[in-house]
Amino acid sequence: MARLTGRRILFAVPVLATVTFGVFAIAAASPFDPVKAYAGTAGLTASQDDLDQLRANLGVDRPLVTRWWDWLTSALQGDLGDSSVLRQPVADVVGERIGWSVLLAATAFLAAVLLGTALGVLAARRQGGWLDRTVSAVAYTLEAAPPFWLGLLAVWLFSLKLGALPAGGLTDTGTTTITAGQVASHLVLPAAVLAVSQLPWFVLYVRQGVGHALEEDPVRGARARGLAPRTVLIGHALRSGMLPVLTLIGSRVPELITGALLVETVFSWPGIAAATVQAATSVDFPLLAALTVLATLAVLLGNLAADLLYGLADPRVGFDG
Amino acid sequence: MVVRPARGATAVAAVAALSVTAAACSAPGGSGGVGKGRAPSSAVVGIAYEPDTLSPLLGYGKDGNSKIFDGLLTHDADMELKPALATALPKVSADGRTYTYKLRDGVRFSDGKPFSAKDVVFTYETILDKKTNNASKTELDAVDTVEAKGDDTVVFRLKYPYAPFAERTVLPIAPEHIAGRQDVNTGDFTTKPVGTGPYTLVKWSKGEKLTFKANSRYWGGAPKVRNFTMAVVKDDDVRATRLRSGDLDGAILPPDLAATFKSDGDKKTYAARTFDYRVVTLPTGNKVAGDTAVRRALDIGVDRKAMVDSILYGAGKEAYGPVPTDSPWFTEGTERTHDLAKARKILDDAGWKAGKDGIRARNGVRASFPLWYLTGDKLRQDHALAYASDAKKLGIQIKVESGTWEVIEPRMPKDAVLAGGGSPADPDFDQYTLLKSSLAGDGFNNMAWYDNARVDEALDAARRTDDHDRRKAAYDTVQRELVKNPGYTFLTHIDHLYVVGDRFGDLTTQVEPHDHGLASGPWWNVEKWQPAS
Repeated sequence: MARLTGRRILFAVPVLATVTFGVFAIAAASPFDPVKAYAGTAGLTASQDDLDQLRANLGVDRPLVTRWWDWLTSALQGDLGDSSVLRQPVADVVGERIGWSVLLAATAFLAAVLLGTALGVLAARRQGGWLDRTVSAVAYTLEAAPPFWLGLLAVWLFSLKLGALPAGGLTDTGTTTITAGQVASHLVLPAAVLAVSQLPWFVLYVRQGVGHALEEDPVRGARARGLAPRTVLIGHALRSGMLPVLTLIGSRVPELITGALLVETVFSWPGIAAATVQAATSVDFPLLAALTVLATLAVLLGNLAADLLYGLADPRVGFDG
Repeated sequence: MVVRPARGATAVAAVAALSVTAAACSAPGGSGGVGKGRAPSSAVVGIAYEPDTLSPLLGYGKDGNSKIFDGLLTHDADMELKPALATALPKVSADGRTYTYKLRDGVRFSDGKPFSAKDVVFTYETILDKKTNNASKTELDAVDTVEAKGDDTVVFRLKYPYAPFAERTVLPIAPEHIAGRQDVNTGDFTTKPVGTGPYTLVKWSKGEKLTFKANSRYWGGAPKVRNFTMAVVKDDDVRATRLRSGDLDGAILPPDLAATFKSDGDKKTYAARTFDYRVVTLPTGNKVAGDTAVRRALDIGVDRKAMVDSILYGAGKEAYGPVPTDSPWFTEGTERTHDLAKARKILDDAGWKAGKDGIRARNGVRASFPLWYLTGDKLRQDHALAYASDAKKLGIQIKVESGTWEVIEPRMPKDAVLAGGGSPADPDFDQYTLLKSSLAGDGFNNMAWYDNARVDEALDAARRTDDHDRRKAAYDTVQRELVKNPGYTFLTHIDHLYVVGDRFGDLTTQVEPHDHGLASGPWWNVEKWQPAS
């Protein structure tokens, strides 16, 4: 287990270096101009001299490799640079926002895994039954629904029609203090939407996995020995049926990040996602690079977690991968 | 093990959700429209754009009215200049190159430290410093030196006589004792500003909201609206939804969504007049668009009224130049009536003959050119399509294409662009950069490469004198020249629409620029609001 983890960490170093260089290269090749983005509407009336001066001040007139190397070396010394689009140090940008994104994504992910497993097991128990047909149909429909659209729908239904939940923000719009209760009530809708957008994958995989497991010889044997259906389902079928789900948990991380991006936008959630969009369209190199490192790390950790869980759940799988 | 805390969180969420439901249920019965039991001294408004920074040194609030800060001067409801941190309008020397401001006594920044002339000098000098990343510094191009004379007098010396200079001194003054001690481009001050204005910033949660509280020691008297919040909601529909649910007290909305609040008894709709125009650039470097006959034909061949009615839902007016028809600077008699027959005759007379496909040509040049608009801007797209369809009736083919500024900019010397702009403070601000031939192709200035010696002369004459009649005469010349040789087709001036709860009484709006500043809209003077309890 430690060997697997250690190898993955070693592997992460070149991956991260390549990814950040890729980001710099793509950003440099993109048609977006960091100076235009920085200047905004003021750039429309600025003289060419002032725009050139701005280009020099922002350091975006230097060659790609120099910029990347400077960023990398100072990042390794703990200086992540300054975000040009948000006019503050990158460390501050990330620090202010990442907690809220993690809260949102973790809540949604947990809800999706738990609810997805429960529904998947229920559907698998009697394949072809009305519950199975309903759950599968809803899952397929949701799979096709973009989180952005789901978000607007949820705001319309729960905030506007029912007046039950706040439509956006971290706390009530009029207040300035952040209390746990307020955050909790504001978290419900965005987390639910994000969870629902992840849910179909878990439902369908668990249904499939547990369904197959129920057909396997050991499980049939257990049933034949007269064990209670409940024990067979939870104790035997679920355990081997969950294996594909564990892999899925890791592979869903990128999807979760992009989903969170859209959901945060709809609900004005002050997380990292909005900053990512801004950083990308403004070619804000330091911020973009830092956020890419974070996203890559999240994906690598997701995969590692999936493999570790897989190994724990099924002793036949070794940790040499 | 993992399950238990999650259950706990769900329970907390459920309880919180219930309590919110209870609070929300009591709201629809009341006619006050106070969102979610909010105190009458609080106001929450929804805005579409968030500033990049709150530091005046980087350009925040440069057009005045910034809530956290004050400038030397400010604007009243009619956009007339009046003193703010200065005690009176500036004394201007006879040659128009020295501006002297006397400063108000006893003003303090919200941290308690006194304001003085050195803060003014610091602010202007920092903005003009090459190392400061202020993209608007071109606007202060005229400034040569800024000097403090004692604690209460500031003297500006200009490089050239610049009549509208006083309009530039509405820009907010930053405290040297705070902003002077940090990196001007990325320091704390860019997000945690301290000023002399009617409000202080409590918290800026980027992407979510800005919360302000009344500055009790404000020199102009403490505001009645004690807590003021600007919620950042980029999506128009979501903003309208949150306004309807009572979460917001007011919001800026596009015309179609604003119309849905017409029958709402406890809300009022305000249409702010603006200088915000939409215009088609007709670049001189294009063989078709650069031809005076084509320009004149398009100028009278487009149906501006139809654009106002169908694209703006009536919330706007026809534009014949950068100056709106209801401005005192507008030159009467330069309105163009929509006249297809006359437009066709102009083209016929100039030798543009219709070909088999109905598109005109002259000496082998087809009357055809591309028109670009900014991707994703529906208003510009609608204008561009309407313009192309009007042009087609004249036998001119306009191919409408969309792109980002990065795509459009290199094409500007040859291709037409659906552009926008507008600055109400002084006619010089728009017209000089739009029409001066020496600024052709300088950044986004004079995008049409317009070149007209009489206009150049009038623009210079207008900034060299502060005699109102002589300035008016010069701008009359410019507007009349634009009829004879239009380098642009001005289409519409767009009203900005706001819907606000009526518990704040009857509100006013200022004449607004193209930019949606934070303090645009009925909340331009929120410090003067008298909310009903």
